[in-house]
Amino acid sequence: MADFDRELDASGLNCPLPILRAKKTLADMESGQVLHIIATDPGSVKDFEAFAKQTGNELMSSGEEGGKFTFMMKKS
Amino acid sequence: MTEKKLAIIATKGTLDWAYPPFILASTAAALGYETEIFFTFYGLQLLKKKLNLQVSSLGNPGMPMPMPVPVVLQALPGMQSMMTMMMKQKMKAKGVASLEELRELCQEAEVKLIACQMTVDLFEMDTKEFVDGVEYGGAATFFEFAGESDICLYI
Repeated sequence: MADFDRELDASGLNCPLPILRAKKTLADMESGQVLHIIATDPGSVKDFEAFAKQTGNELMSSGEEGGKFTFMMKKS
Repeated sequence: MTEKKLAIIATKGTLDWAYPPFILASTAAALGYETEIFFTFYGLQLLKKKLNLQVSSLGNPGMPMPMPVPVVLQALPGMQSMMTMMMKQKMKAKGVASLEELRELCQEAEVKLIACQMTVDLFEMDTKEFVDGVEYGGAATFFEFAGESDICLYI
């Protein structure tokens, strides 16, 4: 079983779309649920940190695998 | 968290300069900012339902070119539309959002779009060509919001 509630594949999308799509997806989720995000935009690494800091959603983890960036974000 | 406010003045009507206002406004809205964009002069072009924005390398020596082209040749007929086409293709290939999409995201996020009444009248622009939801106002209208904003940008 996956350890997240929703998944967002933002591969191929560039700034600011991964953030905007994540925001939209989080809006449909319940507090405490976890969103798994996949992105290819290298700028998204810093941007998701900044997004979490400013929105209060928790960036639980962020990593890189085979040129893809992955994030786990818990909705506040 | 109290809501922060972002006020932007959009004054430019080229394809490249159309991006910063919409990118920043949509992102700010996603971060919880209350956001307003005031469109004046050539920035009014960004409000048209059917966007027909171009880029030009003329007077813009910083524009990256696939090969060096003498300025006098850049002024030839058809060069501007060719550069616009190349820029659009590149943006699409790199996953950069279209302006229409960013603008729609702004509107969904309740970014307020204000058209400068004076320049609408000056250029005799047909407001029926604008997207729905545009409001009209002048400098005082802008300051009403900008005066309370945390960030104010002139683009």
